[in-house]
Amino acid sequence: MSKRRMFVKMITASLMRRRSRMIVALLSIAIGATILSGLISIYYDVPRQMGAEFRNYGANMIFTANDGSFTAADMNRGAADIDEENIVGIAPYRYENVRIHERPIVAAGTDPEGAKAASPYWNVEGEWFKNNGEILVGKNVAESFRIKVGDLLEVSYTPGAKSDDKEADSEATSQEDEVVLDNTAYLNVVGILDTGGSEEDYVYMTLADLETLTETSGRIDVAELSISATADELSSYADKINSTVPAIHASLVKRVTASEATVLTKLQALVLLVTIVVLALTMICVATTMTAVVAERRKEIGLRKAIGASDKSIIQEFMGESMLLGLLGGILGSVLGYVFAQEVSSSVFGSSISFRPLLVPVTILVSIAVTGISSLMPIRSATDVDPALVLKGE
Amino acid sequence: MSLLELKNVYKIYGELHALDDVSLKVEKGEWVSIMGPSGSGKSTMMNIIGCMDKPTKGEVLLDGVDISKESARNLTSIRRDKIGLIFQQFHLVNYLTAVENVMLAQYYHSLPDEKEALEALERVGLADRAKHLPSQLSGGEQQRVCVARALINYPEIILADEPTGNLDEANEEIVVDLFHKLHDEGTTLIVVTHDPEVAEVAQRTLVLRSGRLAKEVVNENFTGKIRFDNGNPIK
Repeated sequence: MSKRRMFVKMITASLMRRRSRMIVALLSIAIGATILSGLISIYYDVPRQMGAEFRNYGANMIFTANDGSFTAADMNRGAADIDEENIVGIAPYRYENVRIHERPIVAAGTDPEGAKAASPYWNVEGEWFKNNGEILVGKNVAESFRIKVGDLLEVSYTPGAKSDDKEADSEATSQEDEVVLDNTAYLNVVGILDTGGSEEDYVYMTLADLETLTETSGRIDVAELSISATADELSSYADKINSTVPAIHASLVKRVTASEATVLTKLQALVLLVTIVVLALTMICVATTMTAVVAERRKEIGLRKAIGASDKSIIQEFMGESMLLGLLGGILGSVLGYVFAQEVSSSVFGSSISFRPLLVPVTILVSIAVTGISSLMPIRSATDVDPALVLKGE
Repeated sequence: MSLLELKNVYKIYGELHALDDVSLKVEKGEWVSIMGPSGSGKSTMMNIIGCMDKPTKGEVLLDGVDISKESARNLTSIRRDKIGLIFQQFHLVNYLTAVENVMLAQYYHSLPDEKEALEALERVGLADRAKHLPSQLSGGEQQRVCVARALINYPEIILADEPTGNLDEANEEIVVDLFHKLHDEGTTLIVVTHDPEVAEVAQRTLVLRSGRLAKEVVNENFTGKIRFDNGNPIK
């Protein structure tokens, strides 16, 4: 049998056949490793988790036109520069002056799904509009015209108003322009919009309805994007879009992104601090346990020295044992840590945490290192044991 | 040249002379008992012969080398190579099986060899208990494992400290028989004991009192002569 095999046999036997003793040490290491790996999981998942929370505050990126207006194709090209899984919602908006009860009102045409995702804080009495033929009326508009959910609303639009240039041209040449008929649409009021902001002065319909009403298509004035990403990532997305899609100017909603970054930094700092404290406590716990292990095994150490073990062998054996404990504790800890992080994540953020495979070897290595380092002092003291101890009969 | 020679050895702790001018020789293949009451210096002498302690004064020649001047590190290697220890408390590693305990001595000495370790256990009549843990062995069996461990590396000297102190009569006999066997094979034995019956089967018995060599009795079966009495040689 090789020396190495005997060495492995000894340290495994020491752990396996002294289970009740070693289980305490193993538990302390495993608990440390669990909290460590759990907290690191949370540390790295906090931006994602909090990002999702922050998305409730609405869009954090705006596309505006560099020159007049842009098209849906431009918007999609811009959106293609953003990692798809990070996009929470994209709401394209086109604004037009329409008339309701002969009074001018701003109508916004948008994608109902996108608008809902990008502005989750919008409060709607009734239902959110989903299809063509449905309209969402701002609270102020509804109050001024006594509009209720379920009403059929007449919305009219004068095509001539769409282009000033054209009007100027036609004024001189044609009399017929003056008798241009209004386009009219009859839309179902499905909900009253209450946002506490200027949105209450508008009405919202699908982009297709607005395009039908105005008889013009393809134009978008602004797009609001809700993206789950850090401030840095958002900046880089914006830079990329600005350089690749000339029709669009992408800018960040600073109010949202800056507060997100501040909260995240503080939260991560807190998690990091707790991690360090836990690490220190684990080290103390392991050092105490190893001190007890060494004290309890003074006779065995004395015997080993009496039958010829050098200090180096003693250190190697105890170090081997403590590192094996670290390895087992690390494996246990990385499994339990994932469970722990999952628990915390689901109870605090209400969502599951993503599994990070890299965290397993990292937890194991840190666990081995921490156990090794905290065992150094107790193990050094093991070499001080006098081998003559074993000869003193009783 | 004697295998072991103590020349005017003193071990002094403050006022206490644990060993006080002790001189003795042990020849290769000899079986020597050391007797004496508690506090007579037996343990101190064992520690010094076993390379676990150094004398305050005097020379200790083991195989011609003065071990009283060696560093702790060298003493460890001398102990590993030349001395086999047997303890009153057996001192087996409780989480290793009988054969693994024997292999432990091989591990520190050179290379663990399970076959050889099993042969050593066979010599002490424990071949069938090789895979048992110390807790599954009787006191006598544990002591026999301890003997197997002591002789596995073919030491120059087997040093036994009260080897039968914790054994019943039947097991005492087995262990003493083992010593006879080892002696017949040419092993040098130094046995510290309280038990006159164990002591007197040796070729020679040295009696310590207050750190001095008080008496040396030669077993009648060998020569039957008392050569020393109260430290004075008898002609």
